[in-house]
Amino acid sequence: MRNRSLLTRILVNPDTIAQLSLPDWDLLIRQARPTNLLGRLASLLAAQKLLALVPDQPKAHLEATLGVVQRQMQAVLWEVTCIQRALCDIPQPIILLKGAAYTAMQLPSAQGRLFSDVDILVAKTQLDDVELALKIHGWITTLHDAYDQRYYRTWMHELPPMTHLTRQTALDVHHTILPETARMHPDPQKLIAAAVPIPGFAGLMVLAPIDMILHSATHLFHEGEFDKGLRDLSDLDSLLRHFSQQDTAFWEKLIPRAVELDLTRPLYYALRYTKKILNTPVPATIIQATKPYAPGRLTLNIMDALFTRAFQPRHESCDDWFTRPALQMLFVRSHWLKMPFPLLLRHLFHKAFISPKDPHI
Amino acid sequence: MNVSSFSTPELAHKLRHTGIKIRIGVFTIHIQSPLPAIAQGLHLLYADYPVEADQAFADFHVSVRHPSNLRRWLAPQAIFRFDNYVPFKPLPADQAYPLLEWGMNWCFSTQYHRHLVIHAAVIEKNGRALILPAPPGSGKSTLCAALALRGWRLLSDELTLVTPDEINIVPMCRPVSLKNESIPIIQNFEPSATLGPLALDTSKGTVGHMRAPTDSIRRGHEEALPAWIVFPKYEADATAQLVKRHKASAFMQIAENTFNYSMLGLGGFNTISELVDRCDCYDFTYSSLDQAIATFQTLSEA
Repeated sequence: MRNRSLLTRILVNPDTIAQLSLPDWDLLIRQARPTNLLGRLASLLAAQKLLALVPDQPKAHLEATLGVVQRQMQAVLWEVTCIQRALCDIPQPIILLKGAAYTAMQLPSAQGRLFSDVDILVAKTQLDDVELALKIHGWITTLHDAYDQRYYRTWMHELPPMTHLTRQTALDVHHTILPETARMHPDPQKLIAAAVPIPGFAGLMVLAPIDMILHSATHLFHEGEFDKGLRDLSDLDSLLRHFSQQDTAFWEKLIPRAVELDLTRPLYYALRYTKKILNTPVPATIIQATKPYAPGRLTLNIMDALFTRAFQPRHESCDDWFTRPALQMLFVRSHWLKMPFPLLLRHLFHKAFISPKDPHI
Repeated sequence: MNVSSFSTPELAHKLRHTGIKIRIGVFTIHIQSPLPAIAQGLHLLYADYPVEADQAFADFHVSVRHPSNLRRWLAPQAIFRFDNYVPFKPLPADQAYPLLEWGMNWCFSTQYHRHLVIHAAVIEKNGRALILPAPPGSGKSTLCAALALRGWRLLSDELTLVTPDEINIVPMCRPVSLKNESIPIIQNFEPSATLGPLALDTSKGTVGHMRAPTDSIRRGHEEALPAWIVFPKYEADATAQLVKRHKASAFMQIAENTFNYSMLGLGGFNTISELVDRCDCYDFTYSSLDQAIATFQTLSEA
């Protein structure tokens, strides 16, 4: 196991900030900012009343970020309200995913989270109606290249990303949680059937707690870019801590549901790396019970080498000689998981030789 | 210890290796660069700024380097980094120095939302600050440079930082960026003004930076109270004229020129409201710098 980075140590034990020197603070802010964890760090220290211990110069940056975080939370809730109004005539549930879901449900994983877009999940049968309703209310599709449109509409699990004309906010509309061409096939109907309403947002729902964790894990362990890898792992850590405290039967229900949804491998990785890196209190019996879903020993050693690097802060102070190759391998892996090899070749061929001629790209 | 305590080769050596931590008012910026143009530019324009110890906390860590590609042998480029992050495309290497200044502006306007950041020049006399917000081409920097050369304290030629609680102006006193015709105008206006090397054919035309007055640098941590908001407009042959402007329209114009207005939400709205309330707001047309200076002298004595 690699040494914990300064940022990870502080996330795990925030009260040790009293021992930090000014150069430590300098490094801590530099590690947190590009990893998109400056907001979470600031919120964590504010919630534990530790900001008073921070020297003035770093405190200025933390306080500045707290203001941004608060404003983003307000902006996300307004965006969710706009989506709710635009889609109020759609008969089936509209499910908020990831950051917007955490914020609407006021989960601890929303604390200090900075956003780039909102994600929703709708039944595939509703997709055309949803797209039309969004267009009527000012969202437009952003990719105009015919190939990109086809890539999303035929092979992916979402519509091409949409942007609101006046607010310039980004919206991803999903109809399932993994590409149609991926190796695992979780049934979106099961997720939609178990979804729970959001208090105060009639017509909008979020995934049930366990499904929320499985979705977050699936997303993270199919990911190709890890700029915010540690932030996403920290989301998972926060969700696991929160839901296991809320529901005493949480851990027992987790594995059967992963089996039901065909998402056991992402769950295995999620529990392994949250525990390893962020000390998440996963019971030993549960770790034991997920062993059958582990990859082979050789693969697991490779994955450990890759993921322990991917879940470092994205700062040069945390890199070693293998960081860059590890991130490149994970990028290739994500495409490998996304589509069968012949299709992948075709996609890469198009992106390398045909797309560049298009002046819009 | 100031930047001028180093010879240019010593400064170049330090910039290439550990980098240098320069104190700009209440801020510390860590700059690294192997490029001689950066060492020369900093040596000339930042001579009077204090240098911090290598272990000091830096608000921003920036660098300007050649990108690692083969172009360096043909048409060398310079790339700005904020830590590892690259916010803009590389520029031709002879624009390295202005690229550093633009990069630092980017840091303050996008990475630090503790203050309201208005795209405006700001200068001060007798503790009272004059804010000059304006779109490029209105003569804001020229006017600001001229006033700074005639006894006004320079707080910034580009970014006005307003504290949300007290509504004070925080200085961020750095060299004044002059473009195209402004360069000979200021050279004629004050032959003793120190200008750095000119970068030709940039996206803004010819760009040169003027050294900030020593006294403004020394007082770079002293906040000022906002007193006037003046929207300048250069018009050939116009007689200098100040016309009162409605506060509501001044508010809108300020909001449009604020980098982080929406980022600060209600706080941004309240800060601009309070700022506009506390200031007299004017439109100002002028063609002669001497007339402009006389006008603001009268204003500051009123």
